[in-house]
Amino acid sequence: MSEPTVRTAERLEALTAETSEGPQELQRREATPASELGREVGSVVRIDDTPFNPDDVDYERADDETMIINMGPSHPSTHGVLRIMLELDGEIVLRAKPVIGYLHTGMEKTGEMLSYVQGATNVTRMDYLSPIINELSYSMAVEALLGIEVPERAVWIRMMMSELNRISSHLVWMATNGMDLGSTSMMIYGFRERELILAFFEKTAGLRLNLNYVRPGGVAADLPDGWEDDVEVICDTIYERTFEYDELLTGQPIFRQRMVGVAPISAEEALALGVTGPLLRSTGVPWDLRRTMPYLAYDQVDFDVIVGTYGDNFDRYAIRLNEIRESVRIIRQCLERMPAGDYRSQDPKVTPPPRARIGESMEALIHHFKLFTEGFHVPAGEVYSAVESPRGEHGCYIVSDGGPKPYRLHVRAPSFVNLQAIPLLMRGASMADAITVISTVDPIMGEVDR
Amino acid sequence: MELPADAPAVITADALRADLGCFPTREQYHDLVAAFKADGFEVCADLCAVDYLEHADRALPEGVTPTRFEVVVNLLSMSRRERVRIRVQAGDVEPEVDSLFDLYPGSEAMEREAFDLLGVIFRSHPDLTRILMPEDWEGHPLRKDYGTGRVPVQFKEAPGPR
Repeated sequence: MSEPTVRTAERLEALTAETSEGPQELQRREATPASELGREVGSVVRIDDTPFNPDDVDYERADDETMIINMGPSHPSTHGVLRIMLELDGEIVLRAKPVIGYLHTGMEKTGEMLSYVQGATNVTRMDYLSPIINELSYSMAVEALLGIEVPERAVWIRMMMSELNRISSHLVWMATNGMDLGSTSMMIYGFRERELILAFFEKTAGLRLNLNYVRPGGVAADLPDGWEDDVEVICDTIYERTFEYDELLTGQPIFRQRMVGVAPISAEEALALGVTGPLLRSTGVPWDLRRTMPYLAYDQVDFDVIVGTYGDNFDRYAIRLNEIRESVRIIRQCLERMPAGDYRSQDPKVTPPPRARIGESMEALIHHFKLFTEGFHVPAGEVYSAVESPRGEHGCYIVSDGGPKPYRLHVRAPSFVNLQAIPLLMRGASMADAITVISTVDPIMGEVDR
Repeated sequence: MELPADAPAVITADALRADLGCFPTREQYHDLVAAFKADGFEVCADLCAVDYLEHADRALPEGVTPTRFEVVVNLLSMSRRERVRIRVQAGDVEPEVDSLFDLYPGSEAMEREAFDLLGVIFRSHPDLTRILMPEDWEGHPLRKDYGTGRVPVQFKEAPGPR
């Protein structure tokens, strides 16, 4: 028998070196400075004047009593490639640290290489569950720099599509949350209903997921013939089915035990961490950009901002479920009041000439060609535009230097910021509750890592 | 919109979409943010950095000396429904500003991102490590002089750039 060629210790060391992220990871207690330790137990945000309360950390605790384990990056309940390092005492989480970047594809850098026309195809891939919202905040930023007005019909189409998108995003959340908690029926139902909306997106924009539908100047295409009937069917079906979800989950004792009172967050903590969306509203802060800083035509429609009381998992669930109903309400109003007119701005700077003109006019052909090769130039300046995504404030900061490509494109991704609440929410929870925490924070790794 | 009463005297200008733009120096930066926080700006909505390598002579209000790196902070007041944008000139070679972590713990990840992608140092940040890129990555990808397309894919153990 010959000796094995690779020694175990060397092999282990090589494996560790290959997979280690070094200081990005959760370190042993003795190797962690106090301020960092405080952040990992979420104590930093608990007090007003002092940045860190030493009482929150049990310094005496020896490292060999506890265990640091990895959850993810490819764990079924981490919704993508989120990796969370946990320090456990038996089954209780003492410290947690999200390690991200496994889906980083440099989309902000890519955005600097694409013209404003192409930019929407890039940003739409960030938060892959709410493509319309990404495109919307990007387009609104470009339009603000250009100073162009969007026709009223385009505004209402955008608003209706955003709300459809919000529903589909929340439905996926309901589905995956159900799956995390062991309710596989909810998993199937959520995706079944979402299919209705995706089919309508396909009919309208030609694509199901990364739509590239909202573009600077308006939307890519008018609504298809008979859209009223489709949207009405979607509204009726989904509204009715939300009550079936209620029956399936809301009163279900096992579901309630895992959700009610688990992982609460207070309003002060949420504000300090900068979290937005359902996570913030669950603490009772009525902050929804659609209502508080209206964009599009949200100031002309009736809807309620859903808020919670306790900031626990169950509140976050109830908020999302009820937001589906509110979105249905907004869509019904869009259906009634959809104005006639252009679906994109007639400003020749951003809009290509009509197809028929290209065949007969040389200038139109050149114009079309220039628009899609070089793109349009945007005046120098910088702008931050924010919209309410299903996960919170989705912001887009664009710096233009007067050229046809953004000089700097930065996206304020709500999931990226919300993820910081995880150490706080997980502290003292059991391992099983850690799963529900990830689920109710609802991170989309595509936009976290961009 | 006005500056808070106890804020240091900084240069301001109206930015697009009616947000107030403030241009503090690096020394005024932390005090200014603290004054805004005391004045009702509860949330640090966004923090990012910009590399103005190709635009050293860009238009800024009079009295502001442009530097290569700029840190841009968007603060949000929920009670007053206002936003304010703070643009601090962070330096040319080794950009460095104070961390806002003690005022807004939520800026922690955003500062790490700015450090990772643009190499801005945030003083007294609790854990200034790379966040999106691997730990052994060389360079800061969002800098304008960062070469793109030289090495198709970089992985650990793979030969580095050049």
